[in-house]
Amino acid sequence: MLSEQLQDAIVESGDRLGEQTLYIAPSRIVDVCRFLKDERSFVRLSSVTAVDWFPAEPRFEVVYHLHSLERNDRLRLKCRVSAENPEIDSVTGVWRGANWYEREVFDMFGIGFRGHPNLKRILMPEDWDGNPLRKDYPIHGYKYSYQSE
Amino acid sequence: MKALEEHVASMLAPEPAPAEPGKGRHMVLNMGPQHPSTHGVLRVLIELEGETVRKAAPDIGYLHTGIEKQFEAGTWLQGVVLTDRVDYLANLSNNLVYALAVEKLMQLEMPARVQWMRVMLAELQRIESHLVWLGTHALDIGAMSVFFYCFREREEILRIKEMFSGQRMMTSYIRPGGLALEPPRGWEKRVGKFIRDFPDKVDEYDDLLERNPVWLERTKGVGFISVEDMLDLGVTGPMLRAAGVKLDVRKNTPYSSYEKFDFEMAVRTENDVFARYRVRLQEMRESAKIVTQALEGMPEGPWQADAPKMLLPDREKMKTQMEALIYHFKLVTEGYRVPAGEAYQAIESPRGEIAYYVVSNGTSHPYRVHMRTPSFGNLQGLGPMIEGTLIADTIAAMGSMDFVLGDVDR
Repeated sequence: MLSEQLQDAIVESGDRLGEQTLYIAPSRIVDVCRFLKDERSFVRLSSVTAVDWFPAEPRFEVVYHLHSLERNDRLRLKCRVSAENPEIDSVTGVWRGANWYEREVFDMFGIGFRGHPNLKRILMPEDWDGNPLRKDYPIHGYKYSYQSE
Repeated sequence: MKALEEHVASMLAPEPAPAEPGKGRHMVLNMGPQHPSTHGVLRVLIELEGETVRKAAPDIGYLHTGIEKQFEAGTWLQGVVLTDRVDYLANLSNNLVYALAVEKLMQLEMPARVQWMRVMLAELQRIESHLVWLGTHALDIGAMSVFFYCFREREEILRIKEMFSGQRMMTSYIRPGGLALEPPRGWEKRVGKFIRDFPDKVDEYDDLLERNPVWLERTKGVGFISVEDMLDLGVTGPMLRAAGVKLDVRKNTPYSSYEKFDFEMAVRTENDVFARYRVRLQEMRESAKIVTQALEGMPEGPWQADAPKMLLPDREKMKTQMEALIYHFKLVTEGYRVPAGEAYQAIESPRGEIAYYVVSNGTSHPYRVHMRTPSFGNLQGLGPMIEGTLIADTIAAMGSMDFVLGDVDR
């Protein structure tokens, strides 16, 4: 799947239920994505999301779903991100469409994306506290969100 | 909202007088969140230079209800009702993709009748969704009567849905493991009557619009966005097919036995609002073909999978067999468990590629459900589509995307 010089970026790979998954070292994600888009015809980024494995460490998994129209193939990339420093490089430089998906992950999980052109909350109000999709964020309760009123 | 205020303030700050009067003076127009043609609560900040749109920034999140978080609190079955409320104009498509994703994790094969029934309902749903789009889009542009014709047929589909499930919109009819209820007596007659008449009705809409000079003027050559931009930004569905890209998940990776049906992928190459209209109209005709085929070749058999560990037992068995009673108790109090793992299932909803990424940790609650909704991806294309065009074309271009804000904000 990947070329020689990117082979070491793969931490782990798996194929289950007919879906291929590659675990990528977080520092190499942009290189891998650029290679997959340019050389392996994954022109579409279907989605970017994350999974919170609290209290395990590394806590987060950032999940990318790629789609190649030419070969009608789908691929899942995963990066493990730690809880102390939840940050990863943005892939907006590869697919512009990653913009809102990464903002959503930032909003919901509090994972930062280095090099993102407009990293701010997208679904929640801008002055909201906490990241709703984290497992330690309560599902019940109410928090008044408008400071000015 | 602070950044937004700063943005507006910076826009309103006095500028040095331009060398050429009227040139280079920008104004920010706030469209929505209560604008009727956003079909929901979408806010778009449009920066204008004269009548030309220079920059358009959609501001979303007004309809965010935390559906993905709610999934994690309920059981796998309780998740079905949440999927209805994501894209409320295509709820059966959302039911279907969730059911397929969960069944993929459980490695459960559906009986032929269930698969065909699902295809039939999903196609009726596609027709219904496109009818709402056509009616409201024509209304936006100023052709009011089309709306009444479209909603006349939509009403009949809603009644068919009510006949099947007891609900007109939030049906929750397609569930992991099969269907929610046995198909009602006489459904063939009802669906058959509707689908026999329907192709003529599509011709009727076409007659109303095809040669309507106002409609042509407002749709032809409007709303262009390049194919590269669309693929890059994650736009899918009729938008992409109206630009000549052959991407239809039903054809590319058939699910739920779509490969057994004979239908064409509607593709146009003009890549404007009119082409999107033609594509959707053609899709309605193709969907009618699929429903007819499903009706004629509907296989006999059970309407649920043989999976006693996840489906409620028969009422009669429950009263006579101890094992069925135990299953019933366990299913109602705890819910069924799904093997640990993850599945990504994509299907073609009326708006484009809808995909659910479902993660299970082996318990009776979903660990994580992410919805890759078509409207969210499509809306990213709004800026590039209307930037550089006239403000008057904004409504037509926006309408042609056919987004549902429940689908965007979840």
